[in-house]
Amino acid sequence: MSTTTDSKIRIQLENFSVTDEIEAMKKVSRNIGGITTFLGTGRELSKGQNIAQLNFEHYPKMAEKKLEEIRQQAIKDHSIIDMSIIHRIGPIEIGENIVLIVAVGEHRKETFTACEWAIAELKRVTPIWKRETTTHGEVWVQDTP
Amino acid sequence: MITVKFFASLKAIAEKEEEQIEVQSSISMDQLSDIISKTSPKMGDIIRDNKIMISVNQEMADADTVIHDGDEVAFLPPFSGGS
Repeated sequence: MSTTTDSKIRIQLENFSVTDEIEAMKKVSRNIGGITTFLGTGRELSKGQNIAQLNFEHYPKMAEKKLEEIRQQAIKDHSIIDMSIIHRIGPIEIGENIVLIVAVGEHRKETFTACEWAIAELKRVTPIWKRETTTHGEVWVQDTP
Repeated sequence: MITVKFFASLKAIAEKEEEQIEVQSSISMDQLSDIISKTSPKMGDIIRDNKIMISVNQEMADADTVIHDGDEVAFLPPFSGGS
């Protein structure tokens, strides 16, 4: 699991810097005119339950492969210049970063649509699972909110 | 030898993360679920009821997928990545 900003697809235990990730993507092309980011963070309340901690598990190799497929399809179908996707695994405290998608393009419109499509697709096809710890115990989340 | 992996909620049901299954030749998904049922009947029911997704060698598979010696089969509950 790499923690440098060189790789555009990463699944890692460590936190990431949104600023560093955006700066890394800005270096991809001098033709970038718009950048859209999606940052998912750990929220305290889920279905009326107070969450103490989240924990993410993934299927190594397959999850990275799916994220790369999403990246490639976003570039192809949404005419963006590039995209990076970073997802954390392991324990996540409330308010911490979970997932970051950075879409860079010549214009804003395609980066908005690419980013929105990518997070929906990530939730649909990427073998990553979330376990919530509440006052009532631990539960694996089986539906995407 | 087939490697079978269980993820997330399925680990508790199968009571394991991974198992190695010796096979003499290629087998069907039904045959694999029968083998798994011997040690974990509930897991076998879940596979037969199509309540989960299955991958073979990190590619999505289905009930008709044939499993070969050396394959890695993973049983995947509904995904919940993102945030």
